[in-house]
Amino acid sequence: MDVPVAFAAELPPAPPPVDPAGLAGVLQDSAEDLFDNAPCGYLSTLPDGTIVKVNQTLLTWLGYGRAELVGRRLSSLLGAGDRIYYETHYAPLLRMQGTVREIAVDLVRADGTRLPALLNSVLRADPAGAPVAVRMTIFDATDRRAYERELLRARRQAEESEARARELARILQQSLIPPALPEIPGLDIAARYRPAGNGDEVGGDFYDVFQTGRDDWVIVVGDVRGKGAAAAAVTALIRHTVRAAAIRVRRPKLVLVQLNQELLRQREERFCTLVYARVRRDRQGRFRLTVAAAGHPLPLRYSTRRGLDVLGRPGTLLGVLPAPRLQESSTYLDPGRRPVLHRRRHRSPPQRRVLRR
Amino acid sequence: MLFAHGFGCDQQMWRFVAPAFADRYRIVSFDHVGAGGSDLTAYDPARYSTLDGYADDVLAICRELELTGVVFVGHSVSAMIGVLAAIREPDRFAALVLIGPSPRYIDDREYVGGFSAADIDELLESLDSNYLGWSSAMAPVIMGNPDRPELSTELTNSFCRTDPEIAKRFARVTFLSDNRADLAKVSVRSLVLQCSEDVIAPPSVGAYVHRELPDSELVRLAATGHCPNLSAPAETAAAIEAFL
Repeated sequence: MDVPVAFAAELPPAPPPVDPAGLAGVLQDSAEDLFDNAPCGYLSTLPDGTIVKVNQTLLTWLGYGRAELVGRRLSSLLGAGDRIYYETHYAPLLRMQGTVREIAVDLVRADGTRLPALLNSVLRADPAGAPVAVRMTIFDATDRRAYERELLRARRQAEESEARARELARILQQSLIPPALPEIPGLDIAARYRPAGNGDEVGGDFYDVFQTGRDDWVIVVGDVRGKGAAAAAVTALIRHTVRAAAIRVRRPKLVLVQLNQELLRQREERFCTLVYARVRRDRQGRFRLTVAAAGHPLPLRYSTRRGLDVLGRPGTLLGVLPAPRLQESSTYLDPGRRPVLHRRRHRSPPQRRVLRR
Repeated sequence: MLFAHGFGCDQQMWRFVAPAFADRYRIVSFDHVGAGGSDLTAYDPARYSTLDGYADDVLAICRELELTGVVFVGHSVSAMIGVLAAIREPDRFAALVLIGPSPRYIDDREYVGGFSAADIDELLESLDSNYLGWSSAMAPVIMGNPDRPELSTELTNSFCRTDPEIAKRFARVTFLSDNRADLAKVSVRSLVLQCSEDVIAPPSVGAYVHRELPDSELVRLAATGHCPNLSAPAETAAAIEAFL
């Protein structure tokens, strides 16, 4: 692209040449004046911290006369906490690396008040490398320190509320699953539950196992769309609706129809997927499993001899359509063949419930 | 000779003293967990909630390297860590060299440790303001590369590095410790090196440690401050030499 030629003509004229001697006169920048009236404090000490030189700016900030500071130890200008830090960290650091930057301390003024300051130091050494003196610049950091304290306070608050949120999520999540599985003579049940995410938010995954009659049990695995307190509330609604319906009607499909009606009646915008399994012991003592699935991954059955097969037939998810398409299918639970009801999310940590014979 | 650094620094603080003994002794130095190039993931708050956890580490190093006849040189809080280790396994140690030791930093009735409980709170606040700048930004760099500490040398201050949270806990453990009753249990021969004008461990504390340690010598150094191993390495090495 062409550079517009007119642009050069619009530059301001170059400043007239400066007479260095004249300018120094105007600014009164003698070396002494630069030192004494610098916009920062200057301090020189012996390697052991004895103050040997100090500028007027620092004297003014601290309210001391020059004679009061020269000969004193720098550490005597620090509060007890800073003194420990100075002796255990700052001094070793300076000796080893020859320079220390941005150390935050409070300097104690003559009237006992504190001056929040930042220190930068360099160690001057003789040609043999032995320390001779320490030069230090001191910056008034009053506003900065106040701001940093605010930041620290805010960070602590954030950490505390995060811890509370985690604890709340953990307790809520725990309330969505049964504290213990019922004992079913002749049938082993195992459950594994690993909530997804990093633990700061409750998820909508749940399972339930409960008895509905002398020889009748129900196993449910489901997932409410979304996360957080709202999803947890819907999950709780689903659990108690399923438990109530399972007592009233026995057929899995009918229980799911009732649950669907309840979700629609509540005008819940969250849908859910679910597998409902009824486990019934017949007179011969065999267990019959009747499964209805609603938008949920179908249960699997595994045996070492016959491999893996799928149980049940797919159905539509709940909480959306007034008449979901749901199907039931039944099978006997034979020893050695393990049905698995699960909910495994892709691209998230392993998460499933295992129920097996 | 086993060199243990104190609070606020790392094993590099022995760089001017340890070489003086390298021709006659096997020199071992280490970083306490949380300091210098140590593996920060090894920090267990429960284990290190008392100085005993640190003393365990000293003994673990001795076992791992099969050290016997150890001359333990401990600076500041590590002096007391050495005392605890020597009580636990006295046979492993030939001598203790305690530089700027203090069995208790906080005043207690007649005992003058030099600090009040409020002073220690102030120290923790001081650590907060000093770690603000790099705590969150830099800690992960160190955390993520515990086996490659050289990666964090870009820090403003590359020596005496420490993880902020661990430093605060270590400060609390160090400055709230009370090991006065342990001193009498030490059977190992000990040297107390006391600086002039040490505000962390004042001369009266050094004298107390010497009085309570059954078999000890006290040497007052002309060096001032709390770190004679850095400010007066020759004098420090000579005093250790004379004792050994």
